[in-house]
Amino acid sequence: MELNFTGTDICAINGTRSAPETHYDIVVVGAGPSGIAAAIDAAKAGAKVLLVDENPVSGALMGNDIPLYFGGRMTAATQNTERMLEAIFMSMPALETAMDAGVELLLGTTAWGVYRNGPGVASLPQQVVGLADSERSWLVGFDKIVLATGARDLAMSFPGWNQPGVMGAAALQMLLTRYEAFAGQRILVLGSHDLALETALLAQARGIDVVGLIEVRDAPQGHSELVAKVAAAGIAIHCGHTIASATGGINGIESATLSTGDVIACDTICVAIGLIPSIELVDAMHGPRALNAMRGGYIPAGEPSVTAVGDCAGLADCGFDHIAYRMDWMRALSDISADDTIICQCEEVTRADLIGVQPPNYLSRPAPMCARSLDTLLKDGPANPDQIKRLTRAGMGVCQGRRCRDQVAMLLAIEADKPFGSIPLASHRAPVRPLPLKILAEWDEPTEMEAAWDVWFGIPTQWVPVEDLNTPYQDEHRQMLYTGMYT
Amino acid sequence: MSGSEVVIVGGGVTGLSAGWWLARSGVKVTVLDKFIVGWEASGRNGGGASHYASPLFDEEQRLWPQMDELLGYPTEHQKGRILIAMTERQWEQYRFIAERHTRLNHPVELLDVKQVQEAVPLAGDNSFGGVHYKFGGHANPQRSVQAYAWALQDLGGKIVQHSPVTGFETAGGKVTAVKTANATYGCDAVVVAAGPQIPQLMAQLGVNVPLAAARAEMIITEPAPMMPLGGVDGHKIYGRQTLRGNLAYGGGPHEWLDVDATGPAARPSTPLARNLAKRLAELLPKAAHLNVIRSWAGIIENSPDGRPIIDRLTSPDNVVVASMSSVGFGLSPASGHAIRDLVIDGKCSFADIDILKLSRFDNLESDWREKRGWMPIS
Repeated sequence: MELNFTGTDICAINGTRSAPETHYDIVVVGAGPSGIAAAIDAAKAGAKVLLVDENPVSGALMGNDIPLYFGGRMTAATQNTERMLEAIFMSMPALETAMDAGVELLLGTTAWGVYRNGPGVASLPQQVVGLADSERSWLVGFDKIVLATGARDLAMSFPGWNQPGVMGAAALQMLLTRYEAFAGQRILVLGSHDLALETALLAQARGIDVVGLIEVRDAPQGHSELVAKVAAAGIAIHCGHTIASATGGINGIESATLSTGDVIACDTICVAIGLIPSIELVDAMHGPRALNAMRGGYIPAGEPSVTAVGDCAGLADCGFDHIAYRMDWMRALSDISADDTIICQCEEVTRADLIGVQPPNYLSRPAPMCARSLDTLLKDGPANPDQIKRLTRAGMGVCQGRRCRDQVAMLLAIEADKPFGSIPLASHRAPVRPLPLKILAEWDEPTEMEAAWDVWFGIPTQWVPVEDLNTPYQDEHRQMLYTGMYT
Repeated sequence: MSGSEVVIVGGGVTGLSAGWWLARSGVKVTVLDKFIVGWEASGRNGGGASHYASPLFDEEQRLWPQMDELLGYPTEHQKGRILIAMTERQWEQYRFIAERHTRLNHPVELLDVKQVQEAVPLAGDNSFGGVHYKFGGHANPQRSVQAYAWALQDLGGKIVQHSPVTGFETAGGKVTAVKTANATYGCDAVVVAAGPQIPQLMAQLGVNVPLAAARAEMIITEPAPMMPLGGVDGHKIYGRQTLRGNLAYGGGPHEWLDVDATGPAARPSTPLARNLAKRLAELLPKAAHLNVIRSWAGIIENSPDGRPIIDRLTSPDNVVVASMSSVGFGLSPASGHAIRDLVIDGKCSFADIDILKLSRFDNLESDWREKRGWMPIS
């Protein structure tokens, strides 16, 4: 039969998206000191400002090391949202100043994606940030967005690291100061740069027994004043060594064995080797970023309408090459790790399977599969963490790669014998925080979206069984399954 | 043609399967890809393998259960599929499809609400019913693409990544070589399976291939408890539970794009993830609490009638062009076989694929995209 086209594809996205619920001149993501200061400045200049912060996050997310590497060492106090909110206000008096200045503040509110038209998309009514709290998600329009998302913990694997009690320095500091909810008593600290030294001093000041620092290099790495303070506090720094393994029981870590063979009793091992600027939102919107070793990793590099402030714009440059330092740790830990040392906790990917680019255990490994490895893959082209992720599942889990992303890149650099900077950054994807389906869902979507919705392109001839072509069934098929495109 | 050389332009699932089939016949195969094998739509789709509308369907169904063994690598192929109707209209439509399957001797069974709940533990009591396909299935696109690539290498074929094709050399009505920035690959025959870049490449040979590119999106959740059958969809979304347990689903409105010769500039996902999440939470209400952990997009091309173009040209007469028109992954075991047959024998040995010839568009109007509303948003 003759088909006449209408000139409109009713199954295309054009004009079907919802407009954002509200619009602000400035949205600030992250209510740390830098974010609050940026929000107050903007509000005082007369702008309509929204300040959001994901904290307090739910106990369930903290259990998955989101957003920081909490290592299961939170007390039950973190399950009480009211108490957590109060703790945030108590620890951040500037929040009240911001509200007095007219800043709209939403705590417990996650910014999970930033979207704007650009290469590959022209259908957004305006640039938006996706927000979510414990009840729902929604979109907010903005003229400018200020990212003050801080920095996250660098996790490092060693035999036994995948048990409760191994945690990051930023997480420990947050539990000690803001929430007063740290569940450990005796900590061993990995690293001796400023982050490690400050964390050790803070912990001791809060009554925690700091049993020592381990430094892979031959001398303490941090500022001499901090080193002196740690020495004065009677905390030992074991230089030229690394951790060989950690053992534990049902409650997690009980002791650490050093590369010297010494065994140190502790209930917590704080990985204080480095912090990574939290650039998930910029990277997920395909914004430009650049590797800066002195500032802790990849940092935003000139996305229009996005400003990064504080640690997410890069750690303060103190003349220290963070990447070289991490790589020294990675080489040492890699040397002492066993084949079955887990690299990706969510997907239980071992070091051997990562380097062997082997599939997960629930799949068979016939002989050709076993013969494949990173070495054979590298013959086809440079190492790419996203390809490794697809094959091994490392980084595919619910922590969204927070615990293994950086390690995988470092391991690939070591195994491929390439500089760290030559390994592409594994992609970040929205939602940059795990969001339940029922929260992410747009329950009140526009009728235009429902009207345009088809399982695929809505091209009638695409799905007519070949046996039915040029029979009466062809038209019946079209009438039953398709409504648009043709008159 | 044993010992002859075939260059395949495009290391997506179609080109790789074609290369694997050709290598099995003793042909020397070189696959050229602009980046990494399967990086575009071939590695970003829902993994479905139940394409009953295609002349390649029988071969698709015959081959998938054997693919792990034939390739030597895991594809995660699983058999069967259940469509769940969440509205009265969908129930009417799915029963219509079921009736068609019955008439075509494809085994299907209608499920009432209770049977849906029994078969699909994550479903609720809110459906109108379901259709259980006792055929078809799904596989892991990323793993399968790499499996083709590795199997092809195991047979002596070559994969050259990070090498976009820039042009062709022709002589005597044949393509004699395929050029990249760094090398020229002499050949006896060429397969152009470069997805959205096919029109630009074929234009260099003076051949018009009408294709329009668009973006589609998917979401994935954290793992759910394993269901007895992972191929569960319906409610106008497509997808599967992976063998790890994650729920990976797509569907909904697409956005038409222009893609130039270098390929898609970007593959941004959008807030459409929220509309996918809504439908998945409705389809599988007992999974509504599960976290979505990623969303992504892929760029696929469609022909004017939405059916593939698999054709050996008359001029140059050693070129096979292959676009699966946005439905390529599941059909790949069969499309590769068909392409192999066209390259070596000039004719498909197992199905009548005349309907997929490029010549059906010989009289296509020049404004075919505008007429269909398939233009990018300006």
